[in-house]
Amino acid sequence: MKRPFGQLFLLFLLLILPLVIREAYYQHLMILVLMWVAIGSGWNLISGFTGQVLFGAAAFFGFGAYTAALLSSKLGLSAWWGLPLGGILSVAIAFPFGWICFRLRGPYFALATLALNEIFRHVATIWESLTDGMIGILVMQTFVSKAPYYYVALAIAVVSIVVIDRVMQSRWGYYFVSIREDQDAAESMGINTLYYKMLSLCISAFLIGITGALYTNYMGFIDPKVVFSLHDISIMAILVGIVGGVGTIYGPLVGAFIMVAVQEIFRSGGFGLLNFIGRSTGWPFMSSITKFVGDAHVLSFGILVIIVILFLPNGVVGDWPVIRKMFVRSKDQAV
Amino acid sequence: MAFFKVREIVKFFGGLAAVNGVSFEVQEGEICGLIGPNGSGKTTIFNLINGYFPLNKGEVIFQNEKISGLKPHQICQRGIGRTFQVVKPLKRMSVLDNVIASAFLRRHSRAEAQQLAEETIEFCGLTHYTDKLAKSLPIASRKRLEITRALATLPKLLILDETAAGLNPHELEEAIGLIKKIRDSGITIIIVEHIMKVIMTISDHIVAINHGRLIARGTPTEVASNPEVVKAYFGEDYRA
Repeated sequence: MKRPFGQLFLLFLLLILPLVIREAYYQHLMILVLMWVAIGSGWNLISGFTGQVLFGAAAFFGFGAYTAALLSSKLGLSAWWGLPLGGILSVAIAFPFGWICFRLRGPYFALATLALNEIFRHVATIWESLTDGMIGILVMQTFVSKAPYYYVALAIAVVSIVVIDRVMQSRWGYYFVSIREDQDAAESMGINTLYYKMLSLCISAFLIGITGALYTNYMGFIDPKVVFSLHDISIMAILVGIVGGVGTIYGPLVGAFIMVAVQEIFRSGGFGLLNFIGRSTGWPFMSSITKFVGDAHVLSFGILVIIVILFLPNGVVGDWPVIRKMFVRSKDQAV
Repeated sequence: MAFFKVREIVKFFGGLAAVNGVSFEVQEGEICGLIGPNGSGKTTIFNLINGYFPLNKGEVIFQNEKISGLKPHQICQRGIGRTFQVVKPLKRMSVLDNVIASAFLRRHSRAEAQQLAEETIEFCGLTHYTDKLAKSLPIASRKRLEITRALATLPKLLILDETAAGLNPHELEEAIGLIKKIRDSGITIIIVEHIMKVIMTISDHIVAINHGRLIARGTPTEVASNPEVVKAYFGEDYRA
């Protein structure tokens, strides 16, 4: 990095954030953002840079989460051991999966990852003697305060971005992008495409897996429906990548922020604004509007994706020059 | 022992024998031209040499090592570079990054790979496109990029698939010049080409095939006057 001042300043802001913003609610949101930065970065490495679309990020996320939960519920160890172990075991899953499924190309590989996601969800639901099925697993939280979780999440997010930044400047990065652009050309350039696709998937799985383990530690409760969720995890990971910018280092950072904010605005009815209007005006239909908006947050994702694909096909970071031009031009016209 | 040899190679696509028992040899340092009418199996032979398709029968031997059965990337590591007839530029990468990616095969640090890439780009005369995205290049330069990328893997044998097709006469002269320059730098070349002017002027030795079978072999003048070759190109009734 030539001018890391911007990045260091951002890091500094993030470091002091929990000291400035003390409400647990906003700290919670920031923890979610940071976790999505890590998951989004993982997704972006295999899908954005290497071009192998991962439609089942929840497979690794849930696997990491269950690793942490089972360590505590079955072995009586601290769930924090799940962080390294969840990452490593996710890699152990990614390895045979990639070895078998990387013969598939394009959408077929994406469907295979979707299948992996669903297989794990069903296994976790049905294997009740191990996972307690739909009842889920309760893990005692270590800290009452949110700050420690915030810093762990920050560490994972920073490590994700730094790792991917380093990787993408190395030989591996060149190979990943070559594979994305043309697998046959890459192969005839002497690149072992199977090996490098596996490498990319394993790094992704590791990042997503440790984030899953952190989720268990932070939330204190997991069940198959939550951690192997197709739309709350797998599709959300894709949205974070697409909105932020596919194949950009800082895309997932921006994407995570936008997606968590959008999700929260709808879920909470504009941070309680609609409720407030309803109460203060006494309009009877406000309560049904509030409920509708809360239910419509999934719909909002769809609309957001359509807008992004239409106007910013490379995501907010990828199309930053376009966005800047829009604002600069309107300023010129004002003057 | 020949530098490069294919022996009795056979490839079926379903019931069709696309290549049926072709054998030939290439000596180190020469340019070997591979000719034949459309659909005669030239590109298939390249795909067999390169490992893109598995062989049904026969073998390919390079520097006394059997390379048939290896994967394309392993064959490239052994020292055979190839270009594609339908060019495959890595579109959303700059020309420099395209070539760096393939230079990484022989150079391990980023700086060394970049140096090799820049030298190769200069050798092939693409210097003023260095920072352009590969998808913005015109066809002649894309073909040249294919060659550049193959050369950056430092091959001992380069197989060129119709690198002169679709070029205008001026570009054609440049392409011929480049191919000769590559040969003079010590790289053996096998070339498929439809344009007879190219193949006749640069080849030391020509292999002609038709319907997946070898029909003639020899120097350019020998092959051009071979009745089988004339028949394959012009039909039964043609009299020179």
